[in-house]
Amino acid sequence: MELFRIKRDLPLMKHALIFNAISFITFAAAVFFLVTRGLHFSIEFTGGTVIEVAYPQAADIEKTRLVVEKMGYGEVQVQNFGSSRDVMIRLPVRPGEKQTEVVGKVFGELCKADGGTVSEHQEVTAQGEQVSKQICKTAAGAEPLKLSRSEVVGPAVGDELAHDAAKALGVTVLGIMIYLAIRFEWKFAVAGIIANLHDVVIILGFFAFFQWEFSLAVLAAILAVLGYSVNESVVIFDRVREAFRKFRKMNTHEVIDHAITSTMSRTIITHGCTQLMVVSMLLFGGPTLHYFAVALTIGILFGIYSSVFVAAAIAMWLGVKREDLVKTAVNRDDPNDPNAGAVV
Amino acid sequence: MNRYPLWKYAILLVALLIGSLYTLPNLFGEAPAVQVSSAKVTVKIDSALQARIEAALKDAGVQPDYVQFDGSSIKARFGDTDTQLKAKDAISKALNTDPAEPTYIVALNLLSRSPQWLSALHANPMYLGLDLRGGVHFLMQVDMKAALTKKAEALTGDVRSLLREKNLRHAGITRDANSVLVAFRDAEQRTAAVALLRSQLPDVVWTPQDGEGGLQLAGNLSPQAQTAVQEAAIKQNITTLHNRVNELGVSEPTIQQQGLDRVVVQLPGVQDTAKAKDIIGRTATLELRMVDDSAEALEALKGNGPVPFGTERFIDRGFGPIIVKRQVILTGDNLNDAQPGFDENHNPAVHLTVDAKGARVMKETSRENIGKRMAILLFEKGKGEVVTAPKINSELGNRFQISGAMTTQEASDTALLLRAGSLAAPMEIIEERTIGPSLGKENIEKGIASVTWGFAAVAAFMCVYYLLFGVFSSLALGFNLLLLVAALSLMQATLSLPGIAAIALVLGMAIDSNVLINERVREELRGGASPQQAIHLGYERAWATILDSNVTTLIAGVALLVFGSGPIKGFAVVHCLGILTSMFSSVVFSRGLVNLWYGRQKKLKSVSIGQVWKPEADTNEVAKA
Repeated sequence: MELFRIKRDLPLMKHALIFNAISFITFAAAVFFLVTRGLHFSIEFTGGTVIEVAYPQAADIEKTRLVVEKMGYGEVQVQNFGSSRDVMIRLPVRPGEKQTEVVGKVFGELCKADGGTVSEHQEVTAQGEQVSKQICKTAAGAEPLKLSRSEVVGPAVGDELAHDAAKALGVTVLGIMIYLAIRFEWKFAVAGIIANLHDVVIILGFFAFFQWEFSLAVLAAILAVLGYSVNESVVIFDRVREAFRKFRKMNTHEVIDHAITSTMSRTIITHGCTQLMVVSMLLFGGPTLHYFAVALTIGILFGIYSSVFVAAAIAMWLGVKREDLVKTAVNRDDPNDPNAGAVV
Repeated sequence: MNRYPLWKYAILLVALLIGSLYTLPNLFGEAPAVQVSSAKVTVKIDSALQARIEAALKDAGVQPDYVQFDGSSIKARFGDTDTQLKAKDAISKALNTDPAEPTYIVALNLLSRSPQWLSALHANPMYLGLDLRGGVHFLMQVDMKAALTKKAEALTGDVRSLLREKNLRHAGITRDANSVLVAFRDAEQRTAAVALLRSQLPDVVWTPQDGEGGLQLAGNLSPQAQTAVQEAAIKQNITTLHNRVNELGVSEPTIQQQGLDRVVVQLPGVQDTAKAKDIIGRTATLELRMVDDSAEALEALKGNGPVPFGTERFIDRGFGPIIVKRQVILTGDNLNDAQPGFDENHNPAVHLTVDAKGARVMKETSRENIGKRMAILLFEKGKGEVVTAPKINSELGNRFQISGAMTTQEASDTALLLRAGSLAAPMEIIEERTIGPSLGKENIEKGIASVTWGFAAVAAFMCVYYLLFGVFSSLALGFNLLLLVAALSLMQATLSLPGIAAIALVLGMAIDSNVLINERVREELRGGASPQQAIHLGYERAWATILDSNVTTLIAGVALLVFGSGPIKGFAVVHCLGILTSMFSSVVFSRGLVNLWYGRQKKLKSVSIGQVWKPEADTNEVAKA
C-alpha cells in the first residue's frame, strides 16, 4: 500500500504568496482574539481556589452556585466538569481572606445545603490502606456529596509560573534557532522559527477565541509541539540542501518544491501517527487531559501546514541560495560524503 | 553489510533484559501492609524495634511476607487484609502499653507486591504521583527574612559579650533589619573593635560608618554566611516537618526542598487537609526550668509525700521521674541553635546558643545556681518530657554546652531533639492540593487506556502500511515503552497524569524515526537499489534527519525541565527520557531486527515493506542528474 503517488514535484512555491497571505490572516486573527479576549488562565497562573465535588446524582448547578455566591467570595464560577455529576467551583484570590481555609468552608456550606454535616472519617480501603478524610453525612447516613479534588494556589506562585513559562518559551525558541543556524544557515533558522511561532500564536488564538482553559499542561503541550514541528522544517531543509547538491540545474523554486514533495508522504504519515496517539488521549484521557490533547491536535495540524507552506516560503523570501548551503559542505575527496558520488 | 557484530546483539539483549527486569515490579500491584513509626520525637525507631515487632507477630501467629526497617519506619507486608488487621492489633498491643498515649503510630498501608528478590536488585515500582494515588500536597514558603533576623539578633549578643571581654567601650549595640550597629565614642576604640570583631566573627562584613549617629560600625552577614543560614533554616524545617508528619502514619511522605526557600510536602492517602495542616503547623515547645532537688522533693519522688508547692513531676528520658520547678527560665524561642560536638576533654557534648535575652537570663540564673541541676523539657501535644537535666558547673553566657556521660550518638540525638521543637523560620502554605482516591484511580485508568489504544492504533497502521518493516517498527516502539518505564522505575521518578500523557506523546513522536527510515528504504528501492543496499542506505541516510529532529524536540524538553515545576517537571522528565530511549530503540533495535531477519540472505530479491511505486517521471529525473 502506498498512499502518496505524486508524479511530479508539486509547484507549491508558485503559490507561496497565497499561502503566506492565508497564514498572515489566521495569524492576525489569532493575535486579534488574544488581544481582545485574552487567555482564560487556570488558577495555576492566576492564583485562587478550585474545588471539585461529586454528587451521586446529576448536580443542580444553580443551587450550588447560589450557595457559594452567598458566601461572598467575589466572582465565582460553577460549572460541570467531565460529567453531569461532577461540579467544579472556582474562586478568585481575595485579599485578607485566609486562602487555605476556603475549601473547608465551601465544602461545609455545600454539605449543609444538602442537609448534612461534615465529620472526620477514617476508613480502610478494600486493598488495605487507611484513609482519613472529611466527609459529608446526612442524618440518614447518606453521603450527598463528595470532595473529589481541591487546589489552592497563592498569587505569588502564579506570577512566578507565568515568568517561568515565558522563560521556557524564550529558551526553546533561542535554542532551536541556534541549532538550526549551526546545522543549516541563519535564513533557515529564522524561517523555521517564524513558521513555528506562528503555530504557537495560532494555538493561543484558538484558546483565546473559545475561552478554553489555559493550564500548565496546555503550556507543556505547546512547547512539546514547538519542538516537534520544527522537525518538519528540519526534514524539509535537509532535503533542500541535498537537492541543491544533487540537482544542479534546478533553481531555488524547483529545489524547494522537490524537497517538499519528496517528504510529503513522510510528513503526513508521522503526523498522522502522532495524531492517532493524541486522538486516543482526547477520547480516553478524560477531562484532565482534554485541553492538553486539544492543544496538541491544533499544533500538529498547523505544524504540517506551516512547515510545508510557510517555513520554506519564508526561507525563499529571505533569499536562500545554493551557495549558502553547498559551499562549505562539499568535500570532493571525502569518500564518505554522500555528495561525492552524485557529482556529474 | 546488514549484519551486526555479536557484541551489538549482546548489547540489545542486555538492554532487553534490564528493561524487562526493571519494568517488572510495576506489574505486581500493591499488597496490604502495616507501618510502624514513632509518635514522639523522643522515641527512635531502630532495628531492635524490628525484632520486637517480629516477635509480636510470631506470638500472635501471624505470618508476614517480610518485616523491613527503612530508616524512619518499620513496614511489614501481608498476604491479605484479614491478616493485616490482625497484625495491626497484635503490634499495637505489644508496642503501645498505654493506648491513651501511644508511643508508636501503627497504621495500615500499602506496599508493592513485587517479590523481594526484585527489591534486592533495587527494582522497585515507580512512585505514583498524588493525582494518580489521591492525597494532599502542600507547598510551603519559608520566611527567610525571619531566619536572617533571628541570626542578626544572635549576633548582637555575640558582639556585646566579645567587646565586654576585651574591655572595649561602646555607646550601644542595636539591630537594624539584618545588620548589627555598634556606636562608639572615639575612633580608637572603633579601630580596636574592628580588628577584634573581624578576627572573631569572620562570617560578618564590618564597615565603619560616620553618619548622623556619630561613629558607628555596621556588621552584615557575608553573602556566603547568609546562604549558610538559609540552608540551615530550611534543613531544620524539613527535619521538623518529618518528625511531625510521621505521626500521620503515611506510607511514603515526600518532604522536599524546592527552589531556595520552599518545601513541598506530599502525603499520599491522606484526605483530611485540616488535620494534616494542624499537625504540620503545630509547634513543639522547649522550656528550661530548674530541678528541685530538695529533701522534700526527693521524698515526693519516693512516693512518701506530695510534690512540693510550685513544682511538677515529669519523666526524665531514660532516668525515671524528676521534680521540676514550675517557673520557666527560658523557652525554645530564645534558643538559637543546638549542635552536637565535643568539649575541651574531647567528650561528646551538645553546644547550645541562646539569643541576647536568653544570655542575660542564663547568666543570672547560672551564677545563683552553680552546682544545681537544670532541666530541658520538650512539650508535645501538651505533654512535657525532660530531654536532659545537666548540672550547672559554672556561670553561663550565650553559648554553653551540655557534656558528661553520653555517646556521640546521644549527643546528636539530643541536639536534634532540642532543635526539633522549633522551626528555624516560620512557614506559610502557598499552594494546597487535595485529590480524592477515586479520582486518582480514574486518572490511572484513563491514562493507561490512552496509551494502550494509541499504541494499538499506531502499531496497526504501521503493520498494514509497511508490512514486515511495520512489524519491526511496532516491536521497536514496544521496546521503547519498556525501556522508558524501566528507566523511570530505576530513577524512582514519580509518575503523574502529565507523565502518562508524555509517555503517549513520546510514543506518537518516536514512530517518526521509523517512518523516516521506512520511507527512505522505499525511496532507495524506488531509485533502483538492491534490497540489501536499500536497507543499508535507508538506515544510514535517515540517521542524520532523525538526529536533527530529536535534537529540536529535546531542546524544548530540556527548557521545560529547567523552568518547569511540579506537574510540568514530571511531563518534561518523561518527555526527555523518551526521546533518548526512542533514538536507541527505533534506530538500533529495529535495525537489529531487520538484520536478524534479512541480513543473512545473500541473494535477497525483495523486502516486505509494502508496495513500492515507481513514477516514470521521477526515475527519468534521477537518471538525468
